[in-house]
Order: sequence, then C-alpha cells, then structure tokens
Amino acid sequence: MATTMLKALNQSLRDALTEDEKVVLLGEDIGTLGGVFRVTDGLKKDFGEHRVVDTPLAESGIVGAAIGLAYRGYRPVVEIQFDGFTYPAFDQLVSQLAKLHYRSRGRVKMPVTVRIPYGGGIGSPEHHSESPEAYFAHTAGLRVFAPSSVQDAYTMLRQAIASDDPVIYFEPKRRYHEKAEVELATPESDSSPKAKVLREGDDVTVVGYGPTTYTLMDAAQAAEDEGVGLEVIDLRSLDPLDIDTVAESVKRTGKLVVVHEASRTSGMGAEICAQITESCFDYLEHAPLRVTGFDVPYPPSRLESHHLPDLDRVMHAVDTVMRHHEATEGAAK
Amino acid sequence: MRFARIRIWPLCNLRCVSSITLSLKCETASGTDYARVRMLIVSTKHIDVAAECIPTHQLLNVAGERVPDRELDHYVAKLTESDLADFLRDMVVLRRLDHEATALQRQGELGLWAPLLGQEAAQIGSVRAARDSDFIFPSYREHGVAWARGVKAEDLLSVWRGAQSSGWNPNEVNIACQQIVIGAQTLHAAGYGMGIKFDGTDDVAITYFGDGATSQGDVSEAMVFAASYQAPVLFFCQNNQWAISEPVALQSRTQIADRAHGFGLKTWRVDGNDILAVYAATQAALAHCRNGLGPTFVEAVTYRMGSHTTADDPTRYRKDEELQKWKAKDPIDRLVKYLHVIGADVQSYEQRAQNAADDLAAQLRAAITAMPDPAVGELFDNVYSEAHEPSTRAREGYLSYLSEFEEEGH
Repeated sequence: MATTMLKALNQSLRDALTEDEKVVLLGEDIGTLGGVFRVTDGLKKDFGEHRVVDTPLAESGIVGAAIGLAYRGYRPVVEIQFDGFTYPAFDQLVSQLAKLHYRSRGRVKMPVTVRIPYGGGIGSPEHHSESPEAYFAHTAGLRVFAPSSVQDAYTMLRQAIASDDPVIYFEPKRRYHEKAEVELATPESDSSPKAKVLREGDDVTVVGYGPTTYTLMDAAQAAEDEGVGLEVIDLRSLDPLDIDTVAESVKRTGKLVVVHEASRTSGMGAEICAQITESCFDYLEHAPLRVTGFDVPYPPSRLESHHLPDLDRVMHAVDTVMRHHEATEGAAK
Repeated sequence: MRFARIRIWPLCNLRCVSSITLSLKCETASGTDYARVRMLIVSTKHIDVAAECIPTHQLLNVAGERVPDRELDHYVAKLTESDLADFLRDMVVLRRLDHEATALQRQGELGLWAPLLGQEAAQIGSVRAARDSDFIFPSYREHGVAWARGVKAEDLLSVWRGAQSSGWNPNEVNIACQQIVIGAQTLHAAGYGMGIKFDGTDDVAITYFGDGATSQGDVSEAMVFAASYQAPVLFFCQNNQWAISEPVALQSRTQIADRAHGFGLKTWRVDGNDILAVYAATQAALAHCRNGLGPTFVEAVTYRMGSHTTADDPTRYRKDEELQKWKAKDPIDRLVKYLHVIGADVQSYEQRAQNAADDLAAQLRAAITAMPDPAVGELFDNVYSEAHEPSTRAREGYLSYLSEFEEEGH
C-alpha cells in the first residue's frame, strides 16, 4: 500500500502492540491527542490507556519509568516529543538505559525503544530542529537507528522494538509526509539494519542517513547530468555502524563525502572519515570530506537553509574530491 | 505576620503537632505571646501548613521503653520475642559486615566503601517488613537491604572491590543493582510500580534513597509519576542528616515527609533508629500500596554515624558533639534495652548474634582476599545482549594483541 511515513510508523507501532502484549507506549500527548505529529493516532482508543500511556511532562521521568517497566518485563516504546527535549533525560539514557545490561552482567535486559523526531527544515523555534545522534552513538550500550525511507520507517521500528537492546530511533520529521509503497514485512532477523546502497556509482561515495539521503539522491541525479557517478549509501544504523559497506564502496571510488545535519565537530562524519582513513588509506585519491551543519547552536529558522547541507554544498564537495576545482575554505562544511 | 511564622515552625518541628487543636493548645500553654500568635495564625494560611506537619512516630524511646502509638501499634502486635532477637542478630551482623568492609578498604582489598553505621534499624526494619516478591530499587548504601534478601556479603563487596559491576542477579533476589547516580533509581521504581498495576498483582516497588536525593529532579518526577498513575510504590527515605558534607537543611527547608505529602503520597515520618517504628510504618505503607490506594512515603529519621564513604573525612564538617548525641540513640542499643525491659534472656541473644557476626566476618575476609580479578574478556561482555559487530571486533582485536605478548613469552 502507498502510505506516508507517519502512517507507516503508526502501523509499525500498531503491529508491535498487536503481536506482543508486553509492548507499551509512553510519551507526552501520545494518547488522546495521538502525538503532536499524530504518529500514535488512534492507538490509545484501540489498545487502551495501559498500553498507550499519556505521561506527565518530564522526559527523565518518561525514560526512567520505561526502564522500570523493562525491569518488570515490559517492552516500552517511548516518544520524546522533539529532539531538543531529549537532554532532560540524558542521565536516564546514557547512565541508566545504556549501561544496565552491562552493569547487571547481562541479567537485566533493556528492550526499550526511544523514538525521537529529529532534524530541521520545518521552520520551528529553538529546540525543535536538532540532530543529537552523535551523543548516543558515542555511548556504548545503545543502538542508534536513523531510517530515511517510508519502508525503513516501518521495518526498522519493528526491528528496534524486537531488539532486546535499547534503541534510540531517530525519525526524520521533515520527511514524515513522504509517501511510498510499504510492505508490512516482519523485521529482519539481524539485530541491526545494515547500510544500504541506494544508488550505484563509480566516482564518489556519498554517505548520509535520515533526512539527508533525499538530498544525496538529488545530488546523484545532478552529478549524473555532469557525467559523474555518485554511489549513495544510506547508513540506516549509526550504532552499530556498518563501515564495511562504506569501505567496499570507497575502495572502488577512492573518494568519500559524508553528509549530515548535525554539527561538524565530533559528529558521525568525523567518525566515518576516521574509520575510512584507517581502513582505506591506500585507496583514497582525496581526503574524505564532510558536509554538515555548522558548529553553531541550531539557528533561527530564517537562517536554517544556510545551516542545513543542501544540494549545492554537497555538489561543491563532490567537485572538490573530483578535483574539478580547488577546495574553497569553509564551503565544504 | 512574620512573627507568627517564626513561632509556628519550631513548635511544629519539635512537638510534631498532628492537629490544629493540639497545636493551639501548646501555644496557649506557653503564654500570652503565643496566644497572640495563635490569633494571627488562624487568620493566615500558615495554620494549614502547621496542621499538616507530619508527626514523627516512635514505638521505642531512647531508654528502650515501649511508647504506645495508636496508628502503628497494630503492626507490631504479632512480633514475638524470637522476631525481636532476629532483628538484633540482623543488626549486629550487618554492623559487623560494615565494619569488616571498612577495614578491608583500609587494607587495600576494596576500592571504596560507603558505610551504613547507624542506619541498621532503618534498613533491617524496612526490608523485613517487605515480601520477597516486592521489588527493591536501592541506592549504594543499602547493603543491609540486599544482605537481608540473601545476597552474600562477598558478592556485595565484590562490586566495591572492582571485581564485578553487580554482585547479584536482580531477578533472583528482586533487588535492582545498587544505584550510584543520586535518585535515578526512584524513577525505575515508579515505572516498575506502573507495571505492577498493569499486571494487577498486589506487589509493591520499593525504592530507597537519602535526604540529599530529595533535591534531585528525578525524585520529584518519580513521585509525580507514581501519584499520577496511583502506582504501588513505597518511597523509603533514610534521612541520615548528611549528604557528604551538606546538612539536610540545605536540601529542604521543610520536613522531607511534608514535601512528599505535597505530591499526594500517603506519608509517615518515623524515628529511624527505632526498629519497631520503622517496621510498623513500612508495614502500614506497604498495606496502603497493596490495597490499591496509591504510592506511599516513609521518612526514617536516622544518622550516618560514619563517613559518607571511606574517602570522606566528616571531622571537616560536623562536630563531635553531634555524633555523641546520636550515639545515645543507637539503634542496636535501643533494641537491647527493650529486650531487657521485657525480661528477655538478652545475654544469650547477644551471644548468638555475636557468633553469627564472627562467622560472617571470617568467611567474608577469606572470600574477599581470595577473590580473583575478572578475566580480561569480561571487559567486553554484556555491552549488548545481541550481536554487535564493532564490539566483537574490538574484543577480538584486543585479545589478539594480548596473545602476541604471550607468544613472545612476556
């Protein structure tokens, strides 16, 4: 069926709630209202207030309560309303959720999924457009998923909920209304999704995830018009990172551009460039480049078009690694 | 109006008035100044606060005499002399465990220890009131709670030795891993309590924390969640007067119990060095939770007679007179005095407790000094419960690196 990402996520939650009675949803406004984006629309009505739980406005409380429910044998799925509101729950995510399996020497499982609508491009005020994924990829014990397609939004959420490990699930909110055919398949048997080659090409490997993959596909089309072949890779999982798929591609292309909305310093791009430099140094024809948000707090929305990587900045980086021009200081950032 | 506030608070705290009538009688008896204050108070909102001030229950006074308590007497009525002797044994053994752990730290066998000296009645009295199926979320000082649930002393200490990250299986003894982040575990109890409610059983989630923790946002959030869902959660606060060097007055300008009451929790405040009062109040709180009446709070007023941890030096921030004052309220002495009062054969009970303590100490010391370091592979174990390629590669890489040295004969 052709559907939007919002509806695909809703269906994914619905199927998980139907198949496993231990699945419970927690979040602000997710019950009666159906969530501020309507991802949970109708679920409280169909599954009841003990399965789809409206919570007090306290993010640490939501994640902490989910941990307690997991101790009790539940499989909670938490919604943090917006990316920038994740931080009040930072201790519960990083010091509790991530570490309890290790701390308990494997005796306590934390099958908790934390859904976070993230990223910019929707003209929102502060705290509604952030990309905090690197904090969680940096934290051992968490898995970090970042679906980009409508199909992945459905399938990877099933996979996240089925995982016995905690998963931070970043939903690309500005792609919520993308529409595509979706197959209601059962989750892959792997515990985490592998990176996917969205489009093959021989000249430059471009890597992204979540909302930026759409920009990368546009760039691939634009490059093809100029006779340059981009190989577009959607990472899908940021932890574990499927670096092998990227490395295999870079060994053929010799060039790498990594793109994300999050700030540049110590971001996912830094990690990917470092790992590729370590494993593919002899294959590289140019230093790997990053096209990212700048090292600034997320700007007022009238400036966000400058902050977010767009087609032109991605193409500029492609031109640079192709040595079509000398790198312009700052432009490929 | 300011004058009225100044007068009413000391009265409230010292006399623990439980009703408006009593409060006003006290004041009237104290002279004309108070009579004038009384009239002012009646005309302000402060009289409500005073009237709701939670009283401090005590069943054994410092002399070890039984003090009647209309609300709580019922919960200790069935305790036999043998039960009291068991309480004594538990507290004596626990004090010895604490003493041995402190000594083992001084001798380099443990990295750190957080002594519980002085809090034996608060811990034993409360955990002995709970059922085995009640799930406990403790902080890092509740050694007595875990030990009373059957955790071996050496398993408890193994974590403080740095030999493992958890000394027990939480699912076997229904106690979560000890929590070091202040107050974080209270939210886990709130969530667990929500799960109990969804499941429809009459178990209770119990969480332990200190007076300092009540300043943490997580503890407030936990009380909000538990109250909102009327979840069966007992918040058990050991107010031991000190959060490392900070006195309880820095955490709360009102009684801690009064704050819990403000969240809508049914609340008791007890003398935490009186094991009967602790046991009774915990029973009352658990019964309230089991009956589906919502979350509860017990403030056990006690004293941390030792240091915060073995790395701490309390002489830098508190006076010896204060310690001596609290030594006079020692929880073990108090129970011994009571056993004398009721004519029990105290000497034989004390001897039995002492023997049990000696046995534990010898066995604990032998186990800790013989405890091996974990195998290096455990460094990477259990980061994830399912396959995680980068983690597997890191393990293999490091083990292979180490094996190179072995091959070279280093």
